[in-house]
Amino acid sequence: MTPAIELCATRRAFGSVVALDSVSLTIAPGEFFALLGPSGSGKTTCLRLIAGFDQPDSGTILLDGEDVTNTPPFARNVNTVFQDYALFPHMTVAENVAYGLRVRGVAAVERAQQAAAMLDLVRLGEFGARRPHQLSGGQRQRVALARALINRPQVLLLDEPLGALDLKLREEMQAELKGLQQRLGITFVFVTHDQGEALSMADRIAVFSQGRIEQLDTPRQLYNRPQTVFVASFVGSANVVGREAARLLTGHDRAFAIRPELIDLLAAGEPAADGQVECAGEIVDVLYHGASSRLRVQVDERTTLAVARSEAAGGGVQGLTTGARVRLAWRPDHAVPLQD
Amino acid sequence: MAGRAEFSLQGRQAFYFALLLAPPLLWLGIVYLGSLLTLLLQSFYAIDEFTARIVPEFTLATYRQLLTQPAHIDIIVRTLLMATAVTLAAAVIAFPVALYMARYAGPRTKALFYVGVMLPMWTSYLVKVYAWRLILAKQGIASWGFEHLGLMGALDQALAVPIVGGPSLASSYIGMFVVFVYMWLPFMILPLAAALERVPASLLQASADLGARPGQTFRNVVLPLALPGLAAGSIFTFSLTLGDYIIPSVVGAPGYFIGMMVYQQQGTAGNLPLAAAFSVVPIVLIGLYLMLARRLGAFDAL
Repeated sequence: MTPAIELCATRRAFGSVVALDSVSLTIAPGEFFALLGPSGSGKTTCLRLIAGFDQPDSGTILLDGEDVTNTPPFARNVNTVFQDYALFPHMTVAENVAYGLRVRGVAAVERAQQAAAMLDLVRLGEFGARRPHQLSGGQRQRVALARALINRPQVLLLDEPLGALDLKLREEMQAELKGLQQRLGITFVFVTHDQGEALSMADRIAVFSQGRIEQLDTPRQLYNRPQTVFVASFVGSANVVGREAARLLTGHDRAFAIRPELIDLLAAGEPAADGQVECAGEIVDVLYHGASSRLRVQVDERTTLAVARSEAAGGGVQGLTTGARVRLAWRPDHAVPLQD
Repeated sequence: MAGRAEFSLQGRQAFYFALLLAPPLLWLGIVYLGSLLTLLLQSFYAIDEFTARIVPEFTLATYRQLLTQPAHIDIIVRTLLMATAVTLAAAVIAFPVALYMARYAGPRTKALFYVGVMLPMWTSYLVKVYAWRLILAKQGIASWGFEHLGLMGALDQALAVPIVGGPSLASSYIGMFVVFVYMWLPFMILPLAAALERVPASLLQASADLGARPGQTFRNVVLPLALPGLAAGSIFTFSLTLGDYIIPSVVGAPGYFIGMMVYQQQGTAGNLPLAAAFSVVPIVLIGLYLMLARRLGAFDAL
């Protein structure tokens, strides 16, 4: 099957700053794909190149097998939901949604019908006559979605689509976006700096750092088997143990990551199970989170490990107080080796 | 919130607040609006034909005089046509300049452009008008330039056109038009550039993203969003041309303009009511213009 999007060794520099450093990427049709990374990591540049707002210095971009590297945005079958939504303030909501049809010369009656249908799809049927400034953030977001989808693009690009929404709305929209994507079967590519958002929505995630892709994997793989120190610390809340500290703890000269929930707390005198890595330390603090508790244990001068304890499993933290000495243990295969 | 804070001021605070607001309010209310109202009032008086005294009684005689004498109508139409032509020309010339300043120029070039646009405004208005008379004179730089470019024939043809032509650029409506456009161009460029700068780049990208070619983006997005700036700029160029009396008296054909008429009637002729009635004309015209602009949706994007 022809990939929906293919980037081949694309590079883009702004002056001396390399925003995107020879990135190659293949996105399958119908995939929900996330570009995840901190600000300045190159993820937005990557999206802008796919949309055509910017051209790479070198490398090629293929859409549905066709080279579009130098094709202007209006000639690409790709539509974008902008971070600030970029709704036209001088048009009504319905006119905004119908804009893509209008510039393609679709007759007024026809485009009014399609715009109404699109607005129904995003549950804004009654809002067609309003102006964008009369809508809430979440509603504007849905107008931007409807406007981008009316052209029936092969690919929908979303730039930090939920960044401007409050937490509750963001969770609602996550589910809505995911549902919409499954119903329409369009390839969605979205940029985010929120790892939770990426993990919950995407089929696959490319983690960007300093203009490169650190790791490209499914959310599950990314969470459970991070490959680099950067990915382990950016995705989820793993303990990342650097090379020096790892040598002291395990004897191996390799950085690793371990999830707080995979570290056991040994009772006094209880021996570690066979083959487990064991260490001791002093409790720095204990935080009660309701369903679980989290304590941080300093195991050597520079290394503090977070340990999660499920309250339900009887593993409460009663009696564990700041300053107490405890012993920790984990299975070696739970520690994920990392590249620096 | 801010509004409520203002109204909940109490005692001493309210006193200081009033004290602070009094001078500007007095200025605006009495010196500015008050004198404007007095002017309007004057236009409803008439002058006694024999004694040349103003009779302070309400009458529409002055307006009748203004609107029934063909010479007066000529003056109004002439001024209106000139103001319209100047406004259109200024808009057409200013738009690309403002667009370049707002969207394409780097920070350095942009600063250079702003200085370039504003620099002429720091020079004396009279000096510029008289300089233009010399430039446009029969033996002036303009005709010298036309001659050396081999365009003398074109200039002669333009000057041979009835009404707008004349013996030289300096004594024709074409020359006057050129000077008007030169004078008021900055007043069109600056509000336009400001309006264009406020258009977020993402709107233009969104338009292109949705399939609009550059020309369509310009028509559907840039132009409508620049309309408030265009309206503001055209109010300047329109009203400045309607009220000016120096340019028409220094450059151009001998026909009278509203400003000259006001100057003459309240000065040498001593007919203050007619001068007042004449100065009401631009106010009414601009009022009509604003209504038209509003109806055309010039302020929708505000």
